[in-house]
Amino acid sequence: MRRTVNLLLLLATLVAVVASFVYLGLDLLFLGQADNLRQMGAYAARFLQPDLSQTQLLAVGRGALETLAMSALGTLLAALLGLALALPAAGRFGWPARALVRLVLNALRAIPELVWAALMVLAAGLGPNAGTLALALHTAGVLGRLFAEALENTPTAPAEAIRLQGGGQITAFFYGTLPNLWPQLLAYTLYRWENNIRMASVLGFVGAGGLGQMLYISLSLFQEAQASTVIIAMLLLVLAVDALSGWSRQQWVRGA
Amino acid sequence: MSLRLSGAGLQHGNGVHALRGVDLHIAAGERVAIIGPSGAGKSSLLGIMASALRPTSGDLQLLEEDPWRLSSRARQRLRSRIGLIHQAPPLPPRQRVVTAVLAGRLGQWGLGRSMVNLLHPLDIPGARAVLAQLDLADRLFAQCQQLSGGQLQRVGIARALYQDPSLLLADEPVSAMDPVLADHTLRVLCRHAESRGVTLVASLHAVELALAHFPRIIGVRAGQIAFDRPAGEVDPELLDALYANEQLVSPPLPTASMELQIPRC
Amino acid sequence: MLTRDSRDPAALPRLLLTAVALALLWPGIQLAELDLGVLLAADSQSEMGRFVAAFWPPAHAPDFLRLLLDATLQTLAIATAGMALALVVAIPTGLLASRALSLSAASRGGRPGVLGQALRWPVRALLIFLRSVPEIVWALLFVRAVGLGPTAGVLAIAITYAGMLGKVYAEIFESVDRRPMHALLQAGAGRLSAFCYGILPNAAAELTSYTVYRWECAIRASVVMGFVGAGGLGQQIDLSLRMFAGDEVASMLLTFLLLVLLADGLSRVLRGRLA
Repeated sequence: MRRTVNLLLLLATLVAVVASFVYLGLDLLFLGQADNLRQMGAYAARFLQPDLSQTQLLAVGRGALETLAMSALGTLLAALLGLALALPAAGRFGWPARALVRLVLNALRAIPELVWAALMVLAAGLGPNAGTLALALHTAGVLGRLFAEALENTPTAPAEAIRLQGGGQITAFFYGTLPNLWPQLLAYTLYRWENNIRMASVLGFVGAGGLGQMLYISLSLFQEAQASTVIIAMLLLVLAVDALSGWSRQQWVRGA
Repeated sequence: MSLRLSGAGLQHGNGVHALRGVDLHIAAGERVAIIGPSGAGKSSLLGIMASALRPTSGDLQLLEEDPWRLSSRARQRLRSRIGLIHQAPPLPPRQRVVTAVLAGRLGQWGLGRSMVNLLHPLDIPGARAVLAQLDLADRLFAQCQQLSGGQLQRVGIARALYQDPSLLLADEPVSAMDPVLADHTLRVLCRHAESRGVTLVASLHAVELALAHFPRIIGVRAGQIAFDRPAGEVDPELLDALYANEQLVSPPLPTASMELQIPRC
Repeated sequence: MLTRDSRDPAALPRLLLTAVALALLWPGIQLAELDLGVLLAADSQSEMGRFVAAFWPPAHAPDFLRLLLDATLQTLAIATAGMALALVVAIPTGLLASRALSLSAASRGGRPGVLGQALRWPVRALLIFLRSVPEIVWALLFVRAVGLGPTAGVLAIAITYAGMLGKVYAEIFESVDRRPMHALLQAGAGRLSAFCYGILPNAAAELTSYTVYRWECAIRASVVMGFVGAGGLGQQIDLSLRMFAGDEVASMLLTFLLLVLLADGLSRVLRGRLA
């Protein structure tokens, strides 16, 4: 029984793949023709000589910093907003607030960063501000949900003990709940930041600043040499973030 | 009068009677030990005294007030005068000892002071002095997760002492300590209570310790008070009756676990 | 004595940390041109308000729905075709990059030879390169190279996901018990057959589970890639956004949500079945 079902699944997958190629009218053989390959090769070759002039390097460096700043600020704003939304989402203010806020969080999270960025460009104009806001909104949805889960799973005894000795709700939260919670909040936030650096570097494609905007403009102006520099910068940024996060995760595991 | 229970009963949500018909008067400045087999209702009794649990029947007077007839603001004010030492002190693992101890006065401090104290401890000498009484001054700036169970219990005691309440309640305060340390710690507690005229009520599973440190002993069995006498009048017969048929199971110490999950994608 | 007594050893580090954070925050705000006020500014608000007000009711004219269906199918097709091509690249490169297939390791107690290691590194570097450039950058490049439309999206997904799958496949091959395969190799079996009989049975469940999960990610990615002209739903959303057609954006966002939820559910069912 199981075997036939698996076989059917395999068959369905094959059909889906073939149907996809047919539906798209994708002609790999056409793409693979010598002529086309030569054209694409020539196009790729133009990227092989990155523009390493000082002005371009400075511009790329600024773009990289802008990308970093966008991601960091977006994540920071998202963490603040997420924490503010996580409290009602964890049911601290009754179930109507909980249901409503969960809906908001899901909506924020469901819309991808790039769509948010396109919307924010409409609302706030071109530039990194739109990208920062877009990252903040999407990430607030993601972090809000994670924070709410963390909040629900945190032991309540320390806060109750503070309440029992006469402390207020707010003090009980800060002395009893937050010390248990913040390592997890921090870990989630850093993990999202890592994601957002990658994301921030491409948000510029819809005009939201950072390295992406530079790349988009260079490619539109057929300046492949400059575009190549930007791509290299993106690559370095991503690799650096990967290495750093891998290293810090190892530290964390060893430290814990 | 520090504490009065009349006909107090406690019924849990599942219908189990944890306590029934408890009559108890404890005068200001008295030192009382509560003993009895595990599951007898010692913790429930202390919970009612700490206003953590609301009695389902009967009357309760704490420091001349009924906490459950007060507004919640007035109840919090009353609670700031009652200290409860937990068996497993619910301290956040990453909180520093100094912060955990200073948190004892949160009921007396305003919000502003409490928040500043979180960033920078405001009364380090005070915390050090209390910890020094319990031989723990050197761990002032350690994190709670670096302490052993017995040290953690002493931090919990230090917090209650720092709170400086009029009514000090202790639920198995020395269960994780070795006999010598337990003896010393109880002596510190009693000395504190005596010198400041604080009412001290402690539940203990070690009968010898109760008899050695407390003038008045209350035996609890099956949710009721089995006896209530001066320590000198507690004889082996009474104790045998109190602990008859008890399975020797030590109460499990709940430990807070911290785990970190990182989601994919 | 009292001053030393009341000093908090954590005070200075905390102060420094705060100072560093503030010192970084200020240029950060400058660089990101952060201005939360624009969201509250009157003119952009009224414009946004009109745009958002048009969200309800979502567009549902038959013509538009047909277009939407077409775009949705295209998105699914891009993801599926891209994954298929990615697999074609990822399986051989994963095998090449993995230490699991090393002949020398079989005869040297698990340690691969120096030459084999040297040959493996370029493959790994290639995989790192493929997956480290974000898929949407690949899409943008392919749009320039092969023109607007789904082909660019398929190629972009194929390339990025080949890098990701190749790496993870290599890791999975290395994580399973290698002794069965070493035994087969020492018994004179060929590398590929030793792999098929010695490693694949143990790794199959994990491999399929990860592949299905990646397919789900590919669907999300293919939606977004439309924004640079690589076909599918994203391209339609981009067009409608540019035309300020709130109702169309609304129905497309709803479709997108539905698509992602469906992919999520299907992926969970498949992984549950296969794992």
